[in-house]
Amino acid sequence: MLKIVRNFVLFFSAVVLLAACQQGGGSGKKSKTLDNTKKAGFVKCGVSQGLPGFSNADASGNWTGIDVDVCRAVAAAVLGDSEKVKYFPLSAKERFTALTSGEIDVLSRNTTWTLSRDADIGLTFVGVNFYDGQGFMVRKNSGIKSTRDFRSGISACTNIGTTTELNMRDFFNSKGIKYEPVAFEKADEVVAAYDAGRCDTYTTDKSGLAAQRTKLSAPNDHIVLPETISKEPLGPVVRQGDSVWEDIVRWSLNTMIEAEEYGVNSSNADSMKTSENPAIKRLVGAEGELGAAFGLDNEWSLRIIKQVGNYGESYKKHIADTGILPKRGPNELWTKGGILYVPPAR
Amino acid sequence: MDNKIKKILPQILTLLFIVLIFGFFTINAQLNMSNRGIDFGYGFLSQESSFDVQFSLIDYDGSHSYARAYLVGLLNTILVSVLGIIFCTIIGVIMGIARLSPNYLIRNSALWYVEFFRNVPLLLQIFFWYYAALRALPLPENTEPFLGATYLTIKGYYIPGLLWNNLNIFLYSILAAIILIVLIRTYAKKLQEEKGKQLPVFIISLSLLIVFPSLTLITGLSQAEVELPVLKQLSKTSFIYEGGISLPPELLALVLALSLYTSTFVAECVRAGIQGISKGQKEAAASVGLTPNQILKLVIMPQALRIIIPPTTNQYLNLTKNSSLAAAIAYPDLVLVFAGTALMQTGRAIEIVSITMLTYLTLSLSISLLMNWYNKKIAIKEK
Repeated sequence: MLKIVRNFVLFFSAVVLLAACQQGGGSGKKSKTLDNTKKAGFVKCGVSQGLPGFSNADASGNWTGIDVDVCRAVAAAVLGDSEKVKYFPLSAKERFTALTSGEIDVLSRNTTWTLSRDADIGLTFVGVNFYDGQGFMVRKNSGIKSTRDFRSGISACTNIGTTTELNMRDFFNSKGIKYEPVAFEKADEVVAAYDAGRCDTYTTDKSGLAAQRTKLSAPNDHIVLPETISKEPLGPVVRQGDSVWEDIVRWSLNTMIEAEEYGVNSSNADSMKTSENPAIKRLVGAEGELGAAFGLDNEWSLRIIKQVGNYGESYKKHIADTGILPKRGPNELWTKGGILYVPPAR
Repeated sequence: MDNKIKKILPQILTLLFIVLIFGFFTINAQLNMSNRGIDFGYGFLSQESSFDVQFSLIDYDGSHSYARAYLVGLLNTILVSVLGIIFCTIIGVIMGIARLSPNYLIRNSALWYVEFFRNVPLLLQIFFWYYAALRALPLPENTEPFLGATYLTIKGYYIPGLLWNNLNIFLYSILAAIILIVLIRTYAKKLQEEKGKQLPVFIISLSLLIVFPSLTLITGLSQAEVELPVLKQLSKTSFIYEGGISLPPELLALVLALSLYTSTFVAECVRAGIQGISKGQKEAAASVGLTPNQILKLVIMPQALRIIIPPTTNQYLNLTKNSSLAAAIAYPDLVLVFAGTALMQTGRAIEIVSITMLTYLTLSLSISLLMNWYNKKIAIKEK
């Protein structure tokens, strides 16, 4: 009898120890996430359930958008092929759990970088690929021209589990306006409810409003108000604790922005190898050993630029040419009056 | 001795196995959480929630704590469950009896009702009531009054509210009436047992319940003022009603869908219960001179209830758990407010999901206990 119990305890401790050992790796230059990704042969990327311009699937299941391009860049750098990505459409509510539990390795889903998300729940934000801000959409015929026209009793549709819910409260409270928040789980449900007249206004990030407006039954009957009530820096997120993987994702994004700064794009990348400028030569892998710093070959950045393109190309293709936000605004390079500014790759 | 061990050993092993499984999952979760830099704790419950909720039975806004937000969600879940249980019982009993009606039309209408609502998935029904039926309602400015001074609009159902003066005196009068009714009932029972005389207890009770509270209103001890909903313009084309009570369309759609769906199962329980009583009981009761009403009340129902209650309890439990589908149409129940918004804002998945699971467990067990108590009370006591 006692023996059985002892054997059970021994077996149990062994199992626990084994589990502990498996988790113990991931220090130094080794990256468990990188190893697993190479072994699996694809990057596990969390995206939205459909936000035109950012991450949206077409009828045949191909994902496009600037958030999707971040994952494609990581795949090009790590696996050599930007198509080797497996996409996981996630709701706002599911996204962080999917990342911390290891279901995905990169979350690139128009996610706002905030202190509590970065510090509190086991996540690390690696950068910003879109500077956004929360706004309001209303019906044109309501005569509302700005948020100053809002009156107490207004009902506002939005998504649950987003910073939007918090900003909305701060905004209406500071103006002393009583409001009715109607929060849905899916973006499509919010659009349907607002479209039917359940709410007087629809509030979310302005880029999101512009994108969702295209899904309304009569897009031209609605306008986005000029005010921006919050800062929403959107960017890719990784799990905390794997600094090599974190660096790979961060510099994949930075490479796209830096390439635009130096005028390197998908069509001229190869010819830039013979450039006079050492910064450009480093960018296309003709000089230096930058890839070795995170266990990649030297052409990782060249592949990103060739297969995915630079940030400007990505923005033009997905956001500007689709009519979502033709003007780049803050998402212009710092050299052209925007705030896109990344540390040098050297 | 040997026999004893043989008996106990499997039980000890089972217990050990369960403890080890739970232990393994707990330790595994702890290890992985500490590896990923996630700490565990319930301290967040006292933090400021900083999000608002559309509809709340208690005073709440974002400056209250997460614990308060939990309470808001819980009360909304209980509200929708209680309303659903009341309506599904009423509709279910009517439909169940109608299924046995001698009238062909009534019998078959009830059959079609049951078959239709029972065989369409509940989530679809919720979507139907919310997106199709309620969405077809007019905007507030185009609404004609419905049932007097109430307005059924796409933004909600607005009904007149009552502004009370000395509400407590009014409530005391109801309490006094109830106490008196209990006394009269006891007396009536005694009277019947001793002298065989019957008092019209139902009529006396009803009139007491009406007379006592109205007396307080007539004498002016307590006063109620009716507050009518008034149309208010928010902008050129947007209107709402203010004043009175507003019931959000999400609540209406959810209660409608839950009670219609569950009532079909209750109807089947009621039908089965009544059919389970043998014909001889009815005939015997008639032969001793009971009226049809008395037969149903004194002979058939007490026996049928014993068959009806246990499966109906299951349906009440199902309804309560199904109310968590509320999240699909933005009704702020426990799942949407606490396991939705609060979970996302704090990121504390394990803590919040564990609290939510325990809450549903407690709710279900409470309903079970209550129904079991009632079932025991009406069971035949063999002497």
